Amino acid sequence: MMKLSTPLLPAGSAAMSVPVAAGASALAQTPGSASRHESVIDIDRASVRYGHHCALDGLTLRLDAGEVLGLLGHNGAGKTTTMKLILGLLAPQAGQVRVFGEDPHGPAAPRLRLALGYLPENVSFYDNLSGREVLDFFARLKRAPHAQATELLERVGLAAAAGRRVKTYSKGMRQRLGLAQALLGSPRLLLLDEPTVGLDPLATREFYARVDELRRAGTTIILCSHVLPGVERHIDRALILGQGRVLAAGSLDALREQAGLPLLIHVRGSPGPHALAALPAGSRTRMLADGRFEIALAAHAKLDALRGLLTDPAVHDLDIEPPSLETLYAHFGSAVAGEGESA
Amino acid sequence: MNPASVLAPVLTVAAKEFRDGLRNRWVAAIAIVCALLAVGLATFGAAASGQVGFTGLATTIASLASLAVFLIPLIALLLAYDSIVGEDEQGTLLLLLTYPLSRLQLLAGKFLGHGAILAVSTTLGFGLAGLVIGIGSDKVATGPLVAALGLFIVSATLLGWAFVGIAYVISAGASEKSRAAGLALVVWFAFVLVFDLGLLGFLVATGGAIGRDWLPWLLLLNPADVFRLANLAGFDANATAGPVSIGAGFPVPLLLAVQGAWVLAPFALAVWRFRRR
Repeated sequence: MMKLSTPLLPAGSAAMSVPVAAGASALAQTPGSASRHESVIDIDRASVRYGHHCALDGLTLRLDAGEVLGLLGHNGAGKTTTMKLILGLLAPQAGQVRVFGEDPHGPAAPRLRLALGYLPENVSFYDNLSGREVLDFFARLKRAPHAQATELLERVGLAAAAGRRVKTYSKGMRQRLGLAQALLGSPRLLLLDEPTVGLDPLATREFYARVDELRRAGTTIILCSHVLPGVERHIDRALILGQGRVLAAGSLDALREQAGLPLLIHVRGSPGPHALAALPAGSRTRMLADGRFEIALAAHAKLDALRGLLTDPAVHDLDIEPPSLETLYAHFGSAVAGEGESA
Repeated sequence: MNPASVLAPVLTVAAKEFRDGLRNRWVAAIAIVCALLAVGLATFGAAASGQVGFTGLATTIASLASLAVFLIPLIALLLAYDSIVGEDEQGTLLLLLTYPLSRLQLLAGKFLGHGAILAVSTTLGFGLAGLVIGIGSDKVATGPLVAALGLFIVSATLLGWAFVGIAYVISAGASEKSRAAGLALVVWFAFVLVFDLGLLGFLVATGGAIGRDWLPWLLLLNPADVFRLANLAGFDANATAGPVSIGAGFPVPLLLAVQGAWVLAPFALAVWRFRRR
């Protein structure tokens, strides 16, 4: 894994310290904290059916404190259903769902929900209220301190627009208001559905810096996103769903290994026969349109190939591209598409 | 859970709805319409007999009731038809349901907020009109004016609340905002017009021979008619047009109690439908 990025702006890093501290204090109050070794989320072979349509088929998932999960899949793959199970909006027809060791659809739900933050996709809030009024409303419902609403508004960069009606907000501003809302009450479990949609690159970067901070503070986060390149560096594990079933689950390294996708090395210059001969067996080479030379090889053979290339003076430059989340996603996603057709 | 933590979210939602009502100018608009209606009727109430001037308290209240019976249900339905389906469309319903807040608490909060909007604006509007009448006319004594107008305001508010509940029933079952709006219009039409027309048709067709004893009770099945009856009590029944005249004679406390039932029943039905949504 790459190193975690740190917040770009000093304001961002200072801003994060407060909810982190508040999050730690929330640990003592919430119901699940009694059993420390309990997973934050424990889903055991859960299935959800709408009529004949199977929205989720035997999902098993465990998530511990401080883990960040990327929940990926096409529309209708079961992402929203999974979120709804965890949020307690749905009960599985088969299997079991436990959040902080309790049934989120059962009598413990009101208590569990105090420790939970959710950003739904496409939420437009109340047009006639100002950003501050909206956040105050949700803060009161979540029994979060009033001061926290003000802090969060500042943190997401809405302090100047806090008095304006939400009607006048841009898509990105609404999204930031939604994020502030999700962080109210310093939740120990965050479910974020397409959190970076509508955010500009800088705001996206700040958002992921916040995700890293929250993770370090022990917050469990589920990120549901279509914007795969951004999410890659900030998740511990990925869960790829398709047609209600788990296509692949695990850390990115494990997924890469499982997929056996080649690593790509792009070379500028013209590597001599010596360097090419040193490439491990099974490597494929081709010339790209821009004059670069592409070598596709198994990930474990990377160093051998690099040693050969680096000693060749004809090589001017090279870059290495491990199979990205996007390629992994395409790989596992196409697998199910094929199966679906044959079934 | 202690009562405070049960009630707190209800009040939070109610305060938000009320603020929304102030912001949308709902409160102001309803109050102004009510005041103009009342002052206009008091001033031009005698126009039918070729005069301009106050015709008397009972007549004014009766004409006010026959206009308000159209207007208040419409206002209440417009105010509340999108309460659930509208929140669903803007994504906030899903979000609210992930908060520590039950569906009953959410709907009760909304009801409290919408109820307060209606109560405050009708009291303001009709109260202001009463003040104008009281000051402007020396023919009417203060005591009866306050009593009659007080009863009118209370029953008008209850009428509004009943239709807020009916609007929630529509909203809880609707899949789209536009459908809820259409259905609200149909329901309004049915209660304020079709029901009475049907009753009138029945009376005319049978020549009034059938159902003299049970027909009046049928009026209690329509909250709009109950409201009309409550405000005709002090009025000469023979001068009243329409089928409502057959219902004269119900005591006011009974009518108010029926209005109360008409508030609770739709609300309970709405909660039930909302839970199944």
